[in-house]
Amino acid sequence: MKRKHLLGLQDATREEIETWLETADAMREVLARPIKKTPALRGQSVCTLFFEPSTRTRASFEMAAKTMSADTSSLTVAASSVSKGETLKDTLLTLAAMGAKCFVIRHSSSGAPELAASYSGKFGFDFSVVNAGDGQHEHPTQGLLDMMTMREHKGQIEGLNVCIIGDLLHSRVARSNVFGLLTMGANLTLCGPHTLLPQEFSAMNVKMTTNADEAVEGADVVMTLRLQNERMNGAYLPSVREFARLYGINAQRLKRAKPDAILMHPGPINRGVEISDEVADGAQSVILNQVTNGVAVRMAVLYHLLGGNEGNE
Amino acid sequence: MNLLIKNGRVIDPSQAFDAVADVLISDGEIKAVGFDLGEADEVFDATGLVVAPGFVDIHVHGRTPGQEYKEDTTTLSAAAAASGFTTICVMPNTAPTIDCRSVVEDVLSRARTEGNGVRILPIASVSIAAKNEQLTEFGELKEAGAVAVSDDAFPVQDADFLRRTFRYAKTLGLVTMLHCEDIALTGGGHAGVGKGGGVMNEGQVSLEMGLRGMPRVSEELAVYKACALARDEGARVHILHVSTKGGVDVVRAFKAIGAPVTAEAGPHHFALTDEAVRGYNTGAKMNPPLRTLVDCEAIIAGFVDGTIDCIATDHAPHAAREKDREFDAAPFGIIGLETSLPISLRTLVERGPLDLPSLVFLMSTRPAEVLEIDAGTLQPGARADVCAFDPNERWAVTPEVLRSKSKNTPWMGQTLTGRAKATWVAGKRVF
Repeated sequence: MKRKHLLGLQDATREEIETWLETADAMREVLARPIKKTPALRGQSVCTLFFEPSTRTRASFEMAAKTMSADTSSLTVAASSVSKGETLKDTLLTLAAMGAKCFVIRHSSSGAPELAASYSGKFGFDFSVVNAGDGQHEHPTQGLLDMMTMREHKGQIEGLNVCIIGDLLHSRVARSNVFGLLTMGANLTLCGPHTLLPQEFSAMNVKMTTNADEAVEGADVVMTLRLQNERMNGAYLPSVREFARLYGINAQRLKRAKPDAILMHPGPINRGVEISDEVADGAQSVILNQVTNGVAVRMAVLYHLLGGNEGNE
Repeated sequence: MNLLIKNGRVIDPSQAFDAVADVLISDGEIKAVGFDLGEADEVFDATGLVVAPGFVDIHVHGRTPGQEYKEDTTTLSAAAAASGFTTICVMPNTAPTIDCRSVVEDVLSRARTEGNGVRILPIASVSIAAKNEQLTEFGELKEAGAVAVSDDAFPVQDADFLRRTFRYAKTLGLVTMLHCEDIALTGGGHAGVGKGGGVMNEGQVSLEMGLRGMPRVSEELAVYKACALARDEGARVHILHVSTKGGVDVVRAFKAIGAPVTAEAGPHHFALTDEAVRGYNTGAKMNPPLRTLVDCEAIIAGFVDGTIDCIATDHAPHAAREKDREFDAAPFGIIGLETSLPISLRTLVERGPLDLPSLVFLMSTRPAEVLEIDAGTLQPGARADVCAFDPNERWAVTPEVLRSKSKNTPWMGQTLTGRAKATWVAGKRVF
């Protein structure tokens, strides 16, 4: 694989996705060993650069890098020069000048990782960029770990009936899943109120519905998205109560899916909003399984970008 | 001292002239257009070139005073002259705002001392500091040399304030030039940059890129409001940078009932779509944003039937460091003077429905009429503002070749066809 950056799944090929997922399966076995350490990225320097708060994604990337013996460093924006007005360009080049070879970037602005990648090779420093979530654009490693989880439980993605329910407008998780799942041949249904489900999705090869019961009907995978606090009461939605009633996944609604359907959520969960307690903790929930797979997927991505026998220029 | 511009294809829409002919200039004025005009002190051989009244751009951000790092009067006038423009009207969003006599005079005085002779005419802000709370002194501003008033970049939202602006502008005989945008729908427009406001057209591309969209209806609603008020007040209103089919349709409907409205569109809005934004290209970020093919076609149809009166570039220079940012944080705007002719030639003439005289009309005669500026004609006695351009010369857009201080153009790196070869203002060669 020749890829230097992972900025999104929109331009990822089926072969690339399959390679990442297969490698991730192997990494999961590494993680199941008593001594979770490989030398694959020894001597490589990975820097996590988070311009937005995050718990699981950052921890997951750091764990992935450390498991493969990379040196990791992390920049917390509030404590950095960015708060003094330093540009993304200068921040990156400064860290690159210290030897960072890979930046894992989370940013509130869509496209910031692409901007970061555009500086690689231009100022005397070569580095890789991994998008760890940019604005409302993409969160490619989340998309990959979701697909890994589906594969683990369902064998293959092609032909699976997947429904994604909630705030499709603002969700970067949704975009990465939509792009990735369409490439892999899943049957996608998107569901939400018109305020959170833009009509423009209809140009993609997806089914769209505003009715959650209809969306869940016959599904192999039910994925709900986190509803951000700031959208809960206003002109997107009248109230949390109404959203939970119309779009929340509870035991009754989940019964419309196939009996062996799995229930997914990227976290953090709003219990009682997108998902009821009983199903979040129920037998069909694979939410914690997603988290475990996150480390494996990030190992696979870092491995292909930085290490192994290939792709390292 | 006289000058003979010989043997060019002379196109003057103001007198429906289009023939290979000579233009005789004497004492800064056009003496004659025709054949066998006799000897002259100086001869310019325009064989193979189009000779036309100098272009007029009624929508330019001059950036001076206050933002000379983006553009100063020297670079601005150089860019204009090298592109066939002899008159440009500059918008008031400078620092300070063009909202009082002294700033109008500053712009005019710099044009005399730092420019190359290209006429730079200031447009005053409709309100003090562009806050849309208190009207500026239209009377004194006009006396000082302001050619119109505008709210560009800071669109008036309050219909009552807009109505009173129209009434007061009518009192002084000034055209009000409006940036039509309902900012409730766009997340603030220019004021929303870096604060979560819309950054591009709302549509398929914005959805895929996860960028906040500015819906097309935000323009249509504001155009409707402006046109309806113009109709009721009988006030001359000019709609800046129409970018949507809805905007074109509304202007057409109001013109049909005789409302005193005119409208302009920029080359980027009829030549490019929001696809140009892909890759988070801040060189294609502007407000109003690039729209869709349907909108480009509607604007071109608007030129054909006269709904859209003229081409105006909305030349908006920004420093490289300002555009080399996250897409959300980069400022709106692109430079336009130096690409206006080739892009319009390609889109409207070579691949479009217009002929060359119609294009000259849109770039010279008509914009001068819109603001009642004495330009856009080669009639005997008129000031000798003339350009000669080669419609077939190919040239590459590179940072080095552009004379504007800023290089923020979506056509960077492309080879374009059509280039000014000589420009005269009041008979004096400025390029």
